[in-house]
Amino acid sequence: MRELSIYIHIPFCVRKCLYCDFLSAPADSGRIESYVNLLLQEIKKQAVFYGDHRVVSIFLGGGTPSLLPAADMGRILAQIRSGYSVAEDAEITVECNPGTVTEDKLKNYITHGINRLSIGLQSTDDGELARIGRIHSYGDFLETYRLAREAGFGNINVDLMAGLPGQGMDSYRRTLERVTALSPEHISAYSLILEEGTPLYGNQSAYQFPDEDEDREMYELTGRYLAEAGYSRYEISNYAREGFACRHNKVYWRRGDYAGFGLGASSMVKNVRWKNPAKHGDYAAYVENMGRQPGRQPDADVAAGTEAVWVSRMEQAGADEVQRLTTAEQMEEFMFLGLRLTEGVDPEEFQRMFGKSMEEVYGKTIAAFERRGLLTRKEGRLALTLRGIDVSNVVFASFLF
Amino acid sequence: MDQSKIRNFCIVAHIDHGKSTLADRIIEQTGLLTSREMQAQILDNMDLERERGITIKAQTVRIVYQAKDGNEYIFNLIDTPGHVDFNYEVSRALAACDGAILVVDAAQGIEAQTLANVYLALDHDLDVFPVINKIDLPSAEPERVKNEIEDVIGIEAQDAPLISAKNGIGIEDVLEAIVEKIPAPGGSPDNPLQALIFDSVYDSYKGVIVFCRIKEGRVKKGTKIKMMATGATAEVVEVGYFGAGQFIPCDELAAGMVGYLTASIKNVKDTAVGDTVTDLENPCKEPLPGYKKVNSMVYCGMYPADGAKYPDLRDALEKLKLNDASLNYEPETSIALGFGFRCGFLGLLHLEIIQERLEREYNLDLVTTAPGVIYRVYKTNGEMTELTNPSNLPDPSEIDYMEEPVVSAEIMVTTEFIGPIMQLCQERRGRYVSTEYIEASRALLKYELPLNEIIYDFFDALKSRSRGYASFDYELKGYEQSKLVKLDILINHEEVDALSFIVHADSAYERGRKMCEKLKEEIPRHLFEIPIQAAVGGKIIARETVKAMRKDVLAKCYGGDITRKKKLLEKQKEGKKRMRQVGSVEIPQSAFMSVLKLDDD
Repeated sequence: MRELSIYIHIPFCVRKCLYCDFLSAPADSGRIESYVNLLLQEIKKQAVFYGDHRVVSIFLGGGTPSLLPAADMGRILAQIRSGYSVAEDAEITVECNPGTVTEDKLKNYITHGINRLSIGLQSTDDGELARIGRIHSYGDFLETYRLAREAGFGNINVDLMAGLPGQGMDSYRRTLERVTALSPEHISAYSLILEEGTPLYGNQSAYQFPDEDEDREMYELTGRYLAEAGYSRYEISNYAREGFACRHNKVYWRRGDYAGFGLGASSMVKNVRWKNPAKHGDYAAYVENMGRQPGRQPDADVAAGTEAVWVSRMEQAGADEVQRLTTAEQMEEFMFLGLRLTEGVDPEEFQRMFGKSMEEVYGKTIAAFERRGLLTRKEGRLALTLRGIDVSNVVFASFLF
Repeated sequence: MDQSKIRNFCIVAHIDHGKSTLADRIIEQTGLLTSREMQAQILDNMDLERERGITIKAQTVRIVYQAKDGNEYIFNLIDTPGHVDFNYEVSRALAACDGAILVVDAAQGIEAQTLANVYLALDHDLDVFPVINKIDLPSAEPERVKNEIEDVIGIEAQDAPLISAKNGIGIEDVLEAIVEKIPAPGGSPDNPLQALIFDSVYDSYKGVIVFCRIKEGRVKKGTKIKMMATGATAEVVEVGYFGAGQFIPCDELAAGMVGYLTASIKNVKDTAVGDTVTDLENPCKEPLPGYKKVNSMVYCGMYPADGAKYPDLRDALEKLKLNDASLNYEPETSIALGFGFRCGFLGLLHLEIIQERLEREYNLDLVTTAPGVIYRVYKTNGEMTELTNPSNLPDPSEIDYMEEPVVSAEIMVTTEFIGPIMQLCQERRGRYVSTEYIEASRALLKYELPLNEIIYDFFDALKSRSRGYASFDYELKGYEQSKLVKLDILINHEEVDALSFIVHADSAYERGRKMCEKLKEEIPRHLFEIPIQAAVGGKIIARETVKAMRKDVLAKCYGGDITRKKKLLEKQKEGKKRMRQVGSVEIPQSAFMSVLKLDDD
């Protein structure tokens, strides 16, 4: 059986943060309910495609998934369990924002089998939080964190951000201190990226951002500080205590199969990538029409589907950007996704997968970056150096054909 | 054909005063064309010309006019290029005419090019009559403009037709005036053939199609002809006249007529504009006056962005040259840019036109180096070489002195802007000659300016410092000794040959500094620090540094949206492809034109 990860997109939030360019917007309860119904239908209709898969992780992301009533969360997970084979020890994560969960809701989550909570904190400085349009304070976070522990969550991630407007080294260090004092199992620490179209981008001259050097100092501090506190970096922006690396996250970099359900969600199964429609109306039509197309394969064939079957299946269903990855594209992804992981990529795996040596395909590029100190060999594997991480886009881009 | 019923004329005007529009109306109202055949502007049939609103290559049309006197007249309307780069072509087209219509904008009055073109027409003994165009504009002042024409040019203007070419007002008056005021051509069909070449185009079936005015004699199929200046000979295959956009064969062209001939000529080089065609077996005694060999004034390097496209570029230049004898090119190599061509042009506009045609019609992606003029280098051993590529400048120890081309420039400007314009000319090393007041509010400034100071952006600077009111015309005066040096640019300690340029010693520091600043903006950050230096004779005179790239890292790939992130990486990779690798540094193609943009601020 192949392993499958499931991502479920909840495109709702209380209010959009000023830096956010994800597919998300505020919504009323009627809207949320009709969306959940579509999700349930989609999960149900697609189940037939995943007969030879076993679900090893589920991630409810957004948006702010914790805005959903706990009962809806339960229905979604029940729908998955009834149609898919879910591993006993599957990692099931829900993202939440401080102040959007109650004690009851968190207990309900546990009841539904949710075993990992990802809390979007970003900073422990209330001024910094306000400047980027977060809806909560540091105090709200502390309360949510306490409730989560009390409810029984033994695997908690805290999201942090460096490079915020008005953030200095001191305040960033304080955030790291405060968060590590709580001992979450996992910490994600991203650099703020100004995405076009966001209010922060449009209004950037009004803010004081740390410069590039400070941003990199913060990044280096993160690695150093968290290492001392017992967290190791397993991906460019992700740190975990022993045994708590996020399984779901690693699937993306290792190119495992994952199915995305919900508005605009991305999927990759058997080297075929596609996206769900990103507009509500289109998504609704996509779900409604699913399974009604003429000339569908008998279910048994479908379950054992080849790549070509996946392409025609998702195209018929009206998914966006359905793309069967060529061998060359698979090689590119193998490199630029795999290298995000601290462990790097394994030349032997490359050889097994593509029947060619990594040396033969990328030897010159790799040698050039090794000379520049951006790539290094670690126990037979190839990985980015610290300096390589700083300029990883340059390295990644050169692995494209 | 009754010679007395032929009128050969052209229209002269300042740019934008409505020359092409009037030509369209004349063609329309003589009724040889249906509206369907009318392109927006018939005479300008190249896309580029239409876009820029100027005429690049002269086009000519024969039309028939039923005059009020009951006779049918043949009009040969010879179109002339409207830019100073093409002055010689203009002069040859004028020589093919017997008269000219002077179009003057009723609001703007006389401009620098109006004067330049009228004087050129008068120099060729053409009978010139004015028409006042755009009389429907609220700001039109036809009476003032009439007086101005009489005062400044000294031609009768009181009965000038008042027209609006755009709205078709007064066109009939113009047609009648052509019959009355433009003389019928002279010459006799019985004399030996003497025909003036005023243009030619290359046709892949017929060979070169020669546009000519028959001054004396006659020519028909089978006539053995000789081009007197180039010495080329050929046997005529076809003669004819110009329909609208097509060639209409006829039996013979005789004295007074304007038409074309073909003779299976393979190369426009053989049919130089201004040359005289005569009968090989019964030649005329003298060629027509005025022929001169056209020389390139401005040179630049053109390189294919993709080195593998070098043969494509060569083929494209060859094809363009078939139609454009004033385009010169020869292969050259640059350490930075690889294999390419050093190309010579009549002026910067000509350069831009060729560049755009290469990119558009031949789909070539080009890297163009900064344009320069031809310098004369006098060496200590007594030799003189003409320098078109700064990289070929001999070692300073071998140079005795250098000369640069200087032009006589005339700038027409309203008096309030005289100050700023004089300052501009001063900054460009101009030598003041005189100021003539045209009327109380306008003056004609005369300056002598080094050509290399005006080929880039002088015209733009002129426009901006006069809020668009100044107009400008120039002609080459000659060469003068000058204190010139070669400015070299070093990127990451390597000299980039394609970025070198010749500059006056006094402005070397300033230009070098600006060049470094500009290149700092153009060159993206690399993984390492890149010094950019300007040097004269091995001595560094300015330096900037492109700091090393500190950070270029992707945000999280949320929800596994890998395609979006890959697109970002692909964009990055694509950007890299448009760069030229010099040593370990990638330089964007646009950087090679940086020197043109030094005066942006």
